[in-house]
Order: sequence, then structure tokens, then C-alpha cells
Amino acid sequence: MNFIISILFSGFAVSTLILIPWVGVGAFDLRVLFGVIVPYAAMATFFIGIIVRVIDWGKSPVPFRIPTTAGQEWSFPWIKSNPIDNPRGTGGVIVRMILEVLLFRSLFRNTRLEYRNADGGLKVDYEWEKWLWLAALAFHWSFLVIFLRHFRFFMEPIPSFVHLLDSLDGFLQMGVLPFNGLGVPCVYISDLLMLAAVTYLFFRRLYIPQVRYISLPADYFPLFLILALGLTGVLMRYFLRVDITAVKELAIGLFKFSPTVPEGIGVIFYIHLFILSVLIAYFPFSKLMHFAGVFLSPTRNLSNNNRFVRHVNPWDYPVQTHTYDEYEDEFRERMIEIGLPVEKQIEPKEEPKEEEKE
Amino acid sequence: MRKGLDTTRAVVETSLKNILSDKRSSIIKKWRDVIVDTYPSETQRFFRKEKDLFANPVGNIISKDVETLYDELIKDDDDDKITLCLENIIKVRSIQDFKPSQAIGFVLQLKKLVREMLESKAPINGLSGELQAFENRIDDIALLAFDIYSQCRQKIYEIRVNEVKNQLGSLLKRANLTFEIPEQEPEL
Amino acid sequence: MADTPKPDELAKIDHTPPVFRGWMDTQPEIRPGIACYGSKSKDLKYVDMPNPRDWSPFDDDWKLPENWEETIHEGFKDRLGRFRSFKLFMDICVRCGACADKCHFFIGSGDPKNMPVMRAELLRSIYRKKFTVGGKLLGRLAGARELTEDALKELWYYLYQCTECRRCSLFCPYGIDMAEITIMGRELTNLVGLNIDWIAAPVANCYRTGNHLGIQPHAYKDMLDFFTDEIEDITGLRMEQDLNRKGAEILFITPSGDVFADPGTFTCMGYMMLFHYLKSLGLDITWSTYASEGGNFGYFTSHEMAKRLNAKMYAEAKRLGVKWILGGECGHMWRVLNQYMDTFNGPADFLEEPVSPITGTRFENAKTTKMTHIIEFTADLIKNNKLKLDPSRNDNLKVTFHDSCNPARGMGILEEPRYVIKNVCNNFYEMPPSTIREQTFCCGSGAGLNAGENMELRMRGGLPRANAVKFVHEKHDVNMLACICAIDRAVLPNLMEYWVPEVDVTGVHEMVANALVFEGEKKRTTDLRGEPLPGMEDEEDV
Repeated sequence: MNFIISILFSGFAVSTLILIPWVGVGAFDLRVLFGVIVPYAAMATFFIGIIVRVIDWGKSPVPFRIPTTAGQEWSFPWIKSNPIDNPRGTGGVIVRMILEVLLFRSLFRNTRLEYRNADGGLKVDYEWEKWLWLAALAFHWSFLVIFLRHFRFFMEPIPSFVHLLDSLDGFLQMGVLPFNGLGVPCVYISDLLMLAAVTYLFFRRLYIPQVRYISLPADYFPLFLILALGLTGVLMRYFLRVDITAVKELAIGLFKFSPTVPEGIGVIFYIHLFILSVLIAYFPFSKLMHFAGVFLSPTRNLSNNNRFVRHVNPWDYPVQTHTYDEYEDEFRERMIEIGLPVEKQIEPKEEPKEEEKE
Repeated sequence: MRKGLDTTRAVVETSLKNILSDKRSSIIKKWRDVIVDTYPSETQRFFRKEKDLFANPVGNIISKDVETLYDELIKDDDDDKITLCLENIIKVRSIQDFKPSQAIGFVLQLKKLVREMLESKAPINGLSGELQAFENRIDDIALLAFDIYSQCRQKIYEIRVNEVKNQLGSLLKRANLTFEIPEQEPEL
Repeated sequence: MADTPKPDELAKIDHTPPVFRGWMDTQPEIRPGIACYGSKSKDLKYVDMPNPRDWSPFDDDWKLPENWEETIHEGFKDRLGRFRSFKLFMDICVRCGACADKCHFFIGSGDPKNMPVMRAELLRSIYRKKFTVGGKLLGRLAGARELTEDALKELWYYLYQCTECRRCSLFCPYGIDMAEITIMGRELTNLVGLNIDWIAAPVANCYRTGNHLGIQPHAYKDMLDFFTDEIEDITGLRMEQDLNRKGAEILFITPSGDVFADPGTFTCMGYMMLFHYLKSLGLDITWSTYASEGGNFGYFTSHEMAKRLNAKMYAEAKRLGVKWILGGECGHMWRVLNQYMDTFNGPADFLEEPVSPITGTRFENAKTTKMTHIIEFTADLIKNNKLKLDPSRNDNLKVTFHDSCNPARGMGILEEPRYVIKNVCNNFYEMPPSTIREQTFCCGSGAGLNAGENMELRMRGGLPRANAVKFVHEKHDVNMLACICAIDRAVLPNLMEYWVPEVDVTGVHEMVANALVFEGEKKRTTDLRGEPLPGMEDEEDV
């Protein structure tokens, strides 16, 4: 796939998705459609889709235990093993998975001792080439924080962890950025981080030729979608304020399965909601499923205990082998000649009869 | 590998030499680019940017040896060093997807780079004698590169032959002890 | 050559960025020097593999069977249903590019289709077209493409440019393992008879004679006898080995490459000397001509073929009535033994948990497979002071250690070889950390790619490894590259000859045997290679 076409296609798709609720709500006032039906449909697609996908993956068995070992295995007491990177049992696997899922440990592996040519010889230092890891981490964590913060729209009373997050997230920005002087609410770090990270991830795809080469519309599309989601959110919060009470009424209604569509919510909200709906509906059909897939990855979630705990292949079937008897039948004469022990001696002057296998 | 470039050992005169020394880094950079540009566009950035010696041997060999090669070229000649640098670069290129001309063409392209640089900088006229000598020298290096390329290819084939010999085992072969799966027998 | 460039093309290569082309629009040229020869009819027939015929990848016609698309699609579907790894790895890649520059073939060639992610995409694109809604509806926009003959050829070309070394999987945030994808891809190519000669022939040989090289039982014994003579010349002691002996306590299985080609033969002599040394201490061990192959080229063909070839190990252990199995130094052999054997052909309940008869150490980590790595066995001997060693005999060596991919990333046997090496020689230097242990670089010739006709591929794939060796050679004057893999011993000497001719290659047990001091041996003047020991340069050779 060519990157220009990929970007144009994804850009066009996302623009269209923005226009749909804009026209739909702005011109035709289809608030119920965009405020209730679409979100419900998207949520249903999201949950059912994910469950179906995970079940589908789960239906395929794991015939062999194939962890990628990234450290010394467990052998002798006097040899220090690496229980996390080469887990011997479930405990190690759990730690390995936690580090993988929460800290993207494998991506972090890129950190390495660097040898480079410099004036006057070889220079050794640690290279900080972790932008991918950092951006990925910033993106996923800020996304999570933003998601959790949104609970103040869904829940009444607002849970205390949301307040805590709110104050932590907003705390550092108080009076730091010029926005504060403009009468806008305090700026969330997570908002900035996420937008910055997504933008970085996009430009990285574009800028690094190898990555540009492998990128598909399926890579640009979710990035654009998330960018649009973030930007509409930011617009709503800082610039095109909407009636928060009404939004909350709608959101709580949705979650309590007694949807109401209050008057007076700006179109921008419906755009935001629609993009979110598309994102979650697209989720089960896309690479975004990696969030569930990582837990199932056989190179990460299994322990390297093959030699001491038997692993059974559920679809194992018998195969044809070349038995020792067949082998000896073919080479018996020569084996005897050179003095190798044999199971059967050569019978004098008779056609060797069929031997049965053990 | 081959020593000596005695055929046309021209001494590059001081004035041209000075210019070449002044412009050292810019010419070296362009010369590197000439080489790196022969790789697929998706990979060029990696070869250029990845500075770790072990993560990117190709790029680092090109980078380092082109520099040394250039310095040796404009300095008083140390043929051994020149041969070594050429060997390092050509060894890599002779096993990559290049035709022979493509693998060693970068040597001759230095002429073009130098001329372009001179045209923009100083009148060529005053230097024509020296330039001629310098270019002759590059021609010699190109011939040397050709030799080295051939040796590398030769080496590959030697290794192949030796491997077969070693595998087909002096010992076993002599004693005719191995078993070959015979051409298909109908009953199998 | 027919395609000699015209003068104005000289030294110019057109790599204009394909602004309006993507990777799907470029078709590689199947190049000699990179691609291996096609499998031969006789070898496929011998083991009942499909579509046996003689063919060449350099021809236009690959003589595919009539319904090859259907066969591959069916095979694809079947494997998606049987391997969660395969299904997951088709679905969850986000193309972040973390693996892109980790592959030795990419590093050495600069060919973007050698990036692991790209190699996987070649297969994924076919998967999407056939098995995903998006791919069916959106086609290329969803990164999907038809399985055409060109697509198949391209896929084949790059699947046989992967050594299944798993270095990429180390860096993948989801653990996507190109080795696993290559294994599946190769299974698919085998469904339509597209194996390479260098894999198919050893497989047929191994099936028939018990080893890849087709050594018949009497020849195998001849070889060991020959080594016995050699060892006698060097040490003055006769170290006879037992073959196919029933009732022995331990069965020893090693790659046949060790019995056959230098410098593996010296490692083989090393094992023989070690066993002889331990005989008086209570070692009761036998070799086998039937299970005379530790390696498993079936593993580079299909899971089924791997299982068929691997079956001999337990079968022979059972027939001979041994208690447990000891395995020699080998790479992919140990990935198979560690991660597959018990599942393939176990449970080996007729064997016992391995216990060293010399030290009494229980190898608990081999409790169910009942197979112990000889480097573990020897490390334990040294730790318990059971071996009298004179490391100064290896003083002429400045050694570095190459972690073989499979023992490193498919097992994790990193410390034991280092422990043994440090005890048998005095000069040991590590290569840079990003090139050893779990991050080790492949020799460039694994997974059946150690054929001769693809020497260019091997040299470029081995460049990152050779480059690190060159570094320690220049820095510490290293002259010996040690390894615990038979394919390494076969291919690294060539790699060194091209890139770092001053460095030689050895198995760890060759150095062990050199350092091993026997009671009643004659004064040793040479090492196993017949080269003078340090300080003995002036002594009369035998």
C-alpha cells in the first residue's frame, strides 16, 4: 500500500465521519440517532465483537509451549536464573506479563549500550533512542487517564478516584500555561500528552522510511480517529463549551439504559460522541485488538518449563515413522559385518520375513 | 590483497590538496551519500542514522572507511590503508544486490564530486594539471577496487567449494561410506 | 551476463522513492546467491511429501500442482484453527516497526522486505484477503492481496531468507515471533512441494539412515573408530566408544555434523574423551546409529515432519533400555528438545529423571523430557571438581563465545557454556552486550539455510555477527570463536574466512578435551587439531 493513498484515504474517511454527525445533528436534528442509537450500536459491536474475537482466538489451541526466553533458564542452584525473562512458573509469567502490559518492556529493550565511532576512536555510551517506547507509553497511559476522568460524566456521585485523578492531572498545569489567564479551566496533562503522542506516532510513521513502507490505511485511520476524538474533546473543554449538565444527563441515561436526549448540547459533542462510537465499533475488527491479543501471546504468557512440566497438544495425531526394525532390516548385513549389535541375526539363505513392530 | 599502485603514482599538488582538505567534510558527506543512495530508499535513513556499530555494520563501515579512504587519498599515499578501506567497503557490497559496476562505481563518482565542488568554488583552470593527476589517481583506485571486487567474489566461490569438500568429507567420500537416497524406485 | 548494464546506467541504481507505489507493487527478482535450489523429487517421495518433482526457483514455471491456491488456502485455514500463535500473529501486529532493524538479514542487505514485519505482511496480506471481512471488502486498502503465483514466489523467496532466530520476537511488544510465522509459511509452501533441496535431502536422509548426512551405521562406527585412532595418536590412550549397546544407563545423541565435518569432528572427539575420562568414575553411556542425529531438519519443513524425525530419540532410548538421554551441543536441536519433544513424542515414562552418575546431581529441570544438555552435565562436573583440567593447554586461544539463537531464545542456556569455557581456558572475552545472550546475532545460516548456493545470503546475514567478532578480534586479539551448535561449527568458519579470517571456530567440548588431564596419558604436544600446544611448538610431533 502506498503511503500517500493510505493517508488520503484515512484522512478522507475520518473527515467524512466528522461530517456525518455535523450534518445529521446540525441540519437534521437527529439527536436520538446520534445521541442514543449510534452509541448503543457501537457499544454492542464493541463488546460482542471483542468477545467473539477473543473466543475465536481462544478456540485455536496452543499446541506447543513456545515462550521466547530472554534470560538464563532455571538449572542449577549455583547458576543465577532470570525468573522474569525466562519464567520457570506462573509467578514469573505474571510478572513478565505485567511488565509487558503496563510498561511495554519488550519495546524498552531497545535501550542498549551504544558503540559509535567518534573523533579519536570508539565511544561507548547509553543511547536514548526510546522515543517509540516513550510515545507509546505516554499515549496509552494518558488515554487511560482520560477515560477514567470521563467517569465524572457517567456517575453520580462522582467517584473519589476521579476527583483524585482530576486534581493530579490538572495540578501541575495550574498557572503554568497561558491558558489559565484566558479564563479556561485548568489544562490536563493527559490531554496534552495524548495529543502530542498521537501526533508523534503519526509523524514517525511518515518520517521513518521503513515504517512508512510498512504502514497501511489501517495504521493511519485509527491514529486520525483518535486525534479527532482528542481534538473535539479539547475543543469542547476549552473553546466551544457545551452544557455539561445536559451532557451528563445524557451520559448517565445511556449507562442506566433509560436514555434521554436533553436539549441544548452543541453539535461538537455529537461529533465527539460519534467519533468515539466509530472507534469502539471499529475496535474488534482492527489491529487495536492487540490490547486483548497481548494477553494471549504464546511467546510471552507461557513459562519455560517444557523439560519439567509436560505440555499436551490437544490435536496431536500419530505419525508415520521409520522404526528401528525397518532400519535394521535395511542395514543388518553391514551392521553385523562391522560388529554392531543387532536385534535379529540373518537367517540362513532365506528371504527375511516380515517383521512385526514392537 | 593486492599491494601497490605504482603505475601512475601522481603526487597531488599542494594547492588542490588544500582545497580538498578544506572541503573535506562536505565532500566526504557527499561521497557517503553517493554510496548510501545505492540502497533502497526505505533503508537509506537506517544506514545513515543508526550510529551503533553493531546494530548497523553496513552504514558504519561505509561511514568510517569512506572517511579514511578520502584522507588517505589526499594525504601522502599509504597504499595499504587505501586497500584496507576499499576492502572493507567492497567486501560488504560484493555480497549485496549489486552488479559489479554498481558495487564499485562509487570510486569514480568522487571525480564528479570534486569537479562540482571546484566549479562552485575556484576556477578549475589554474588547477587543471593537479586535477588531472588527482583524477588519474582515482582511476587507479577504481582499478584497484575492481581487483578487490573480483577477489571478494573469488573468495565466495572458494568458500563454497571448500565447504562442499569439507562436507562431502574427505573421509567418508574416500571410503565411499555415505548413503545417497537413490533415484526413485517405483515401489516406494 | 545477459543483463550487463549499459554505460549510462553504470554505477547508477534507480531507487527513486516509489511515491505512488507500495510494497505490493514491487516483485523481487529471485536471485542466485540468495535463493536455494528447489527440492528434488526423490527426497519428497521418500517421505511422502506432496507434489514431488524436480524444479528450480530460477525457472518461470515452478510446476505447481493444479489446485495450488486451494491447497494453500485450505492449509492456511487448518493452521489458523490449530495454532493460536499463528492466528494471533496474523491479527495483532500494529506495524510499529520495533522489529524492523533487528533482523540480521535486513541489517546486512538493506532489503526492506527483509524487515521481519514486512516478511510477515507478505503472509498477512494473503490472510486478510481470504479470511477477514475488511480484506475481502477493501482489498489493498486493507492491506490485502490475492494469492497469485507472483505473490507465492515472493513469499517463498523471503520465507527462505529467515533463519527462525527469534531476535525480532524479543523486541516485539506483543511477542510476535517471525520464527513461528516462518514455520507456518514454510508448512504452507511444503503443501505444494516448494521446499529447498538443502532441507528436503537431509530430511529424507534422516528418515532413512537416522541422520541428515545419510551416514549408514557401519560408516558411523567407522568414523568413531577413526576418531579413536586420532585420539590415541594425541594422548596415547585408546578411548573406544559403545554403539547401540543395550542396557547402558545413558544414551548420547548429538548432531551428525559433529561426526562428519571439521571442526565439529574435534568437538565429537571432545565428547569421546570426556566419556572415556568418566568411565572409571561410573559413566555408562552408549551412542546410537539409529538415533544418530540430534538436529531436526524436519522442523524446517513442518511440525509433522519434525515429529516424525524426532520420534527416533525416545524409540531408541526405549529399545536400548537406558535411563536417560544426554544431548550434544546443538542449536535448533535443543529448541526442539526443549519446546517440542515431550509434546511430540512423550511422555517418556519409561525413562528416569536424569541424575549424574558422577556427581549425583539431579537434573530437575529435565524431569519430564529426561534429556540433559551436555553443557549442563559438564558444568556440573566442573563445579563438583570431578575433572582435572589444565586450562593452560588452551593458552594459545583467545576465546569469545557466540550464543546460538535457539539455545539463547528458545531455552535460555547462557551461563553454563560460559562457566565451562572459563574453566578450561584462561583468555575469555565477551562480545558487546547487544550482540550476545538473548540479543545474540544469528550465524546467518540457520533453519536449513546453510546450503552452498546461497553463500551471498549467508555472508550478509552473518555480517552483524562477524562484525562483533571482528571488534573483539581487534580489541583483544581474539582468535577463537566458541559455540554450542553444530550448524554454527559448520558455517561460522566460512563466515570468519570472509569477514575475519584470523578467527577460527570451536565447540566448547573440544576445548574441554584439550584441557582434560588423563591419568596415564602420554605427554601431550598437540591439541585435537594436531596443532602444537602452547610451549610445545618445538616438540617432535607424533
